[in-house]
Amino acid sequence: MSWEIIKQSLPMFQQGFLLTLYLSLIGIIGSIIVGIICSLVEYFKIPVLNKILKVYIEISRNTPLLIQLFFLYYAFPAMGIKMSAQLCGIIGLIFLGGSYMSAGFSGGFNGVNKKQVESGKAIGLSRWQLARYVIFPQGFALSIPALAANIIFLIKETSIFTVIAIPELTNTALDLIGLYYNSNEYLFVLVVAYAIILIPLSIILTLLERRVRYGTFGN
Amino acid sequence: MANEVLKVEHLDKYYQKKHVLHDINFTISKGEVITLLGPSGSGKSTLIRCLNGLEDFRNGEITFEGKKVIPNEKNWQQLRQKIGMVFQSYDLFPNLTVLENILLGPTKVQKRNVDEVKQEVDKLLQKVDLLDYKDAYPRQLSGGQKQRIAIIRALALHPEFMLFDEVTASLDPEMVRGVLNIIQDLADEDNMTMIIVTHEMNFAQQIADRVLFLKDGNILEDTSGKEFFKNPKTDQAQEFLQSMNF
Repeated sequence: MSWEIIKQSLPMFQQGFLLTLYLSLIGIIGSIIVGIICSLVEYFKIPVLNKILKVYIEISRNTPLLIQLFFLYYAFPAMGIKMSAQLCGIIGLIFLGGSYMSAGFSGGFNGVNKKQVESGKAIGLSRWQLARYVIFPQGFALSIPALAANIIFLIKETSIFTVIAIPELTNTALDLIGLYYNSNEYLFVLVVAYAIILIPLSIILTLLERRVRYGTFGN
Repeated sequence: MANEVLKVEHLDKYYQKKHVLHDINFTISKGEVITLLGPSGSGKSTLIRCLNGLEDFRNGEITFEGKKVIPNEKNWQQLRQKIGMVFQSYDLFPNLTVLENILLGPTKVQKRNVDEVKQEVDKLLQKVDLLDYKDAYPRQLSGGQKQRIAIIRALALHPEFMLFDEVTASLDPEMVRGVLNIIQDLADEDNMTMIIVTHEMNFAQQIADRVLFLKDGNILEDTSGKEFFKNPKTDQAQEFLQSMNF
């Protein structure tokens, strides 16, 4: 393995690295927003929307991101909708992540003790007040482990963006390998680059989980 | 009957096919304290949960302060401000402080002035020796303290009528007295109308104006407290009192 080759490739990897971070961030924020909206629709059982939501979740969770991206990138233009590769990637990631986040939040809401609900009803809280003051604060805390797992999952899924030629990390590595055939060096950098993002993040999220689990409200 | 607070007529409750409450009839007048006694599984908790809409029932009618209750969630939500309930497992909201727990109903549901309610709550907390804990979170409190807070949370809504569902059943023995004293004070000082489900026989005897004895979902006796403990009429009630060493 040649350090010289690695060194020369770093500027390109840096661009891929930043793009991976950028796309992940937008995708995660978007997924959380979609997830919250969907979990609220499910919690309040909003008619019609609730049915649409079920269809969305089934499609989103039971099709690979790879196929979703092909569809957005190749099939949509045929229907007259043209988007840049990056936009396709972000939409695909949010489409996938939204349903996972939604399941995570719903799991949290459902995990709140039923007695909390009764006790809230007993002091006259309306459905909305019960959700606002009791279920959501407790449910969000319970859904943090799922949220953490989904965040890591979505960052890793950005590697699939390479199939629609978005120059993120994986795409950069594959490109360089195609050009110069130095597979060992480029794959090494690729692994290290993902590890730099994911390992610290994973540690932070674990600490956050632990804090919420053992510790508690209010300190 | 004058000053009738609550009237229950021909109430039947089923869990799927299981008939758990059979044709329940009784009324409670203002200031009256009823204890609901009976062996485990006799339907005591189910009955009082029907009285504030936490359980639905198949047949029957409930009249509250002279008005028939049309049993839907919206009506119950209104009525629950007038019918306070405290549960066995206290169930304070762990994400809120003691004070926030208590303020939630009066300020969000009843939209009363926050400062006014706070002053009132301070007095209530003082009375049960928990004023120092008002900014604590529920997990920092003992079971007995939590239960006293739960009672205050219910009282802060100025209910006309209180339901107590085995409120001392999950407390350590040394905590029980403090909680029962609050309930006793409510009867003595505030003349509060109450239905109390309890297994504390001494307490029941002391506080009950009337006893309803329930077995297998039937009211077998509806009699004065004194009469019930001195002279239980049915074999089942005698058996029950014996089993409680009474």
